[in-house]
Amino acid sequence: MSRLVVLCLSLIPFTVAAQDAKKEIEKYQQMLGEGSPAELWELEGEALWKKPQGPSNASLEKCDLGLGAGKVPGAYARLPRYFKDTDQVQDLESRLVSCMSALQGRSRAEATKRVFGNADTPSELEYLVAWIVGQSRGHKMAAPVSHPKERASYELGKKVFFYRAGNWDFSCASCHGEADKRIRMQELPVLSEPAGAQLAYTTWPAYRVSSSQLKTMQWRINDCYRQMRFPEPEFASESTIALTHYLAVTAKGGAYRGPGTKR
Amino acid sequence: MKILVMAGMLAAPLALAEPTAREVQDIHLRDFHTKGMVKKEAVAQDAVQRICTMSNDRPSAEVAKQLEADQMRSIAFPAGSLLGDWKRGENIAQSGRGMTFTDAAGTPNGGSCYNCHQMAAKEISYGTLGPSLQGFGKKRGADAETQKYAYGKIYNAKAYNACSQMPRLGWSGTLTEQQIKDLVAYLLDPASPVNQ
Repeated sequence: MSRLVVLCLSLIPFTVAAQDAKKEIEKYQQMLGEGSPAELWELEGEALWKKPQGPSNASLEKCDLGLGAGKVPGAYARLPRYFKDTDQVQDLESRLVSCMSALQGRSRAEATKRVFGNADTPSELEYLVAWIVGQSRGHKMAAPVSHPKERASYELGKKVFFYRAGNWDFSCASCHGEADKRIRMQELPVLSEPAGAQLAYTTWPAYRVSSSQLKTMQWRINDCYRQMRFPEPEFASESTIALTHYLAVTAKGGAYRGPGTKR
Repeated sequence: MKILVMAGMLAAPLALAEPTAREVQDIHLRDFHTKGMVKKEAVAQDAVQRICTMSNDRPSAEVAKQLEADQMRSIAFPAGSLLGDWKRGENIAQSGRGMTFTDAAGTPNGGSCYNCHQMAAKEISYGTLGPSLQGFGKKRGADAETQKYAYGKIYNAKAYNACSQMPRLGWSGTLTEQQIKDLVAYLLDPASPVNQ
């Protein structure tokens, strides 16, 4: 009997096996989303936002994420954006570092000494990011491009997206430039078009099951460059913020759903 | 008044001047740093990368021809048979290790072939960025000319298609001469699962 089963199974064409594998992966992803631990990161992040810290023993509650001091709901859906006080386009992570410095009196070096955590010890930024992005759930993506520096950032981000370099000659578009492609079983959204950018951007940052950790957008970009065989990008540098800005603007109109859950 | 404001908005330039290729490169050189085995200078573009980026991967036929001829000269074709061991080739095709800023120096690199290509029918976890190579040798045979084409294509894909998305695996130092020969055997050997 079992031999018959094996025989039958081996007769199933491989395309069917591949489709089954795809269905199983989809089922797995759905199950992951239903039981996501991202909520725990959000709770911890809210507590950290309100906790007095640093030489000034102040909380981040007066941090201006673009909508005014302390206004968090919907702020992430309107980032990156230009900030007058720093005269820069900033993404969420770089803005948080500015607030840590301005409100809490912390140095940039101290605030960024551990930007990516691990499963044992997450980074403070990962907790804060989880809570802040969760406060934009249901908000439509609307990163602005009206200030001249925002337009320049968007244009640079687009150039960064298509810039081929490194030992393997890749750009972001090498993997995210054509529809219906995948690496191994991983499907690849076209990030230079609204549908693909919305799919990806509205579900990042995300809880990554394979590393038991919440990962930020700066981490996502860092790890893409690692796999592209580029050298390491500087945390919250002009190019990574510009790239994030380009993706956010391209994702315009998509309802934010994060933090997401990924394999 | 409202109309004036709107007219003003419409008159405003919608896009600033785009940064030049040189400016974009300088920004990359400033914003990336050496880590592990990957040197920061790797973000500077060579002729292939620069021309492909600027032309959206569609250079004129003349420029493409010139680039391909230049890249062809970079290929060191070994003398004799280019058929290595397909079993070793299979491991190289499966492995995606190496060349990242977190890889330890000294670990053998893989070719990451399955990331983008379908090959053996039994492997269902394959990427689709590149064309399917299933039955590659069955269709073409394994004569000296086919061996040379497969070796050259793996060594430097840009010698055959200037703006190919495939990495220059020999040229970049990712794979050794022996590893490429093993991959050629994996593609061409009639006993290889690619041709079953």
